[in-house]
Amino acid sequence: MKTPFLAAAMAIFRKDALAESRSRELIGAMGLFALLDVLIFSFALELNREARIEAVSGVLWVTIIFASILGLNRSMAMERDQGNLDVLLLAPLPRSAIFTGKLLGNFLFTLLVGMAVAFVITILFNVPLFSEWLLMVLVMGTAGFTIVGTLLAAMTAQTRARETLLPIVMLPLAVPLLLAAVRGTTYILSEAAQGEWLPWLSILAVLDIIYLVLGIILFEFVVEE
Amino acid sequence: MPLIETEDLTKSFGYVPVIKRLTLKIERGECVALLGANGSGKSTLLRMLSSLSKATGGVIRIGGWELPREATSIRAQIGMVAHKPLLYENLTAAENLQFFGRLYHLDPVKNKIRADILLEQVGLARRANDLVRTFSRGMQQRLSIVRALLHDPDILLLDEPHTGLDQRGVMLLNELIMAARAEGRTILMATHEFNHAALLATRILILERGSMILDRPAADLDSAQLAAIFAEQVSA
Amino acid sequence: MSAVTKTPLPKLSGPWMRSRPTLLIVFTVITVILTVIGLLMALFYAGQDITQGEVQRIFYLHVSAFAGASMALGVSVIASVLYLWKRDPKWDRLSIPCVEVGFALALMNLITGMVWARPIWNTWWTWDPRLTSSAIMILTYAAYFMLRAGIENPETRRRLTSVYAILAYITVIVTFVIIRIRPDTIHPAVIGPSPQNAEGGFELSSSMLAAMSFNMVVWSVFIPWVLIWWRLRIEVLSEYVNVLRAKVAEQ
Repeated sequence: MKTPFLAAAMAIFRKDALAESRSRELIGAMGLFALLDVLIFSFALELNREARIEAVSGVLWVTIIFASILGLNRSMAMERDQGNLDVLLLAPLPRSAIFTGKLLGNFLFTLLVGMAVAFVITILFNVPLFSEWLLMVLVMGTAGFTIVGTLLAAMTAQTRARETLLPIVMLPLAVPLLLAAVRGTTYILSEAAQGEWLPWLSILAVLDIIYLVLGIILFEFVVEE
Repeated sequence: MPLIETEDLTKSFGYVPVIKRLTLKIERGECVALLGANGSGKSTLLRMLSSLSKATGGVIRIGGWELPREATSIRAQIGMVAHKPLLYENLTAAENLQFFGRLYHLDPVKNKIRADILLEQVGLARRANDLVRTFSRGMQQRLSIVRALLHDPDILLLDEPHTGLDQRGVMLLNELIMAARAEGRTILMATHEFNHAALLATRILILERGSMILDRPAADLDSAQLAAIFAEQVSA
Repeated sequence: MSAVTKTPLPKLSGPWMRSRPTLLIVFTVITVILTVIGLLMALFYAGQDITQGEVQRIFYLHVSAFAGASMALGVSVIASVLYLWKRDPKWDRLSIPCVEVGFALALMNLITGMVWARPIWNTWWTWDPRLTSSAIMILTYAAYFMLRAGIENPETRRRLTSVYAILAYITVIVTFVIIRIRPDTIHPAVIGPSPQNAEGGFELSSSMLAAMSFNMVVWSVFIPWVLIWWRLRIEVLSEYVNVLRAKVAEQ
């Protein structure tokens, strides 16, 4: 009697989505933080409607990565406080399904916040952030952050410093993703030729795949006791 | 063949040994009470048997399967009630049970029927559609027992299930354990209350600093004797 | 028999762990001699670079240090995989010295690079992709030490740091390949063709090639190896003391 991978992952994802749709705890905190972050950046960097495109894409991605750290910490803390990770570990399902289920939830919530940030930036700085390729970058970048983050949050939840440690261990590993995402966004926004930005998107895709494979393999070792 | 079997089971956290070369056999249908002071290793033993915690050394076999290699098959046979209620506060009782049903890959319709019957038995039927966060500690405890029974497990591992329950809750729980015993489930219950141990169990174990210091059929002892033995052994 | 007495004591025998590790001392002496020869070759034997002058000589150490770092950190990945697979603490004990030595060599790589960049690029530091990624790599391993310090249960610590050591190596790979996939770097590639915009690239003459290969072998094989063994010795001895302490405490 083994629960199939997909059924288990979807069950966990639906559970998280249902709980979130009720409390809006994660999206609320991440969204508000992201909004404040964008405002602070625009004061600090004196961004205006003629803001440099590089600065705007930097603000977008820095905001997304900090918001995702906030959300990941909270999401893991919620599982931990109730001891609920044990429930998932007690069930007859592959560990990778737990990782995938948690990842889907984290990814969806972060992506929604990322889209909201992109929308706010579009209005504030008059930068057209909604095109199919930019959405692609947004999806791939967010996926990369949440893959690394879901794995590492499960790890730092077992340490003494917990919430402080996640950004320290996650940011260095997320920087390659961040570089590729920022460059891709900048080049697409400045309407560069496809040959300029497509390599960045491929790098992003390759990194996503590497992290996903490592995450699925290594999660098992992170959650056992 | 015993249903639960350990051989030279050892667990240490760093260099601190918690379970020391424990060999234990539990037959199908037994109801075993595991007594011991705080820190004697009761919870650790239960967590190892439930596959949540890996042994440092030794063997665990459950239903002929060996941990940790065949953990998945074993997990499907085990229902666990732990210290924490292991419920999702932002979901209703019914939604929690629906989720657990999916985790154990149970048929949704049959699961719903079984969940309703169990909720009725623990007196939570009317609160099924309320958020778990509005439940009292005792109600959460009762719901977590429903969770443990939901997938009709052969083995129940109960880690101090009586904590936090009021008088009525304790009675309900004892009835449930009796019923589970009657249904032929094998029960291993950690507790530090001699009354419950003497009332419910067919066999009594006392764990002291990671070693088994007493193993006797419950019929030989009543709770007063048990308390006396316990006091004597622990002080020795 | 109690569980503590069952805890396997790390072995204190073999050429590396006995109280007078003769073989290790011999290797250390050889390594010191080789290092000095390598330095002398870099400073005097190798021909002078026409455009960059004497400062180019730091490249023999700069490149070799990175090779040593990626080698030591690579061994830490292997040790971590073996630990997660076999769960023998000895693999984790090997992983710590590897990361520490790799970290030190990576720092050396960064510092020698900055010394070189001052006259050639006219700045100590620039936010070039290669420089950025090697700084990130160093920070990743700094985070590794933080993580290790933040977990009390030794078993959890071994398990989680092993996972992190595997992940962290991605930054080493990124640092290595970045000048080959990013066209806008100004960092020259010493091995293989340099990027178009590279400033400060050079061709190796035969004497330079000899000095480079010699230093490469010294810094990527001998030096990390000897340092790792000395550090591993300390690790095993402190483990030994911990076990003895636990035994005393139990009695």
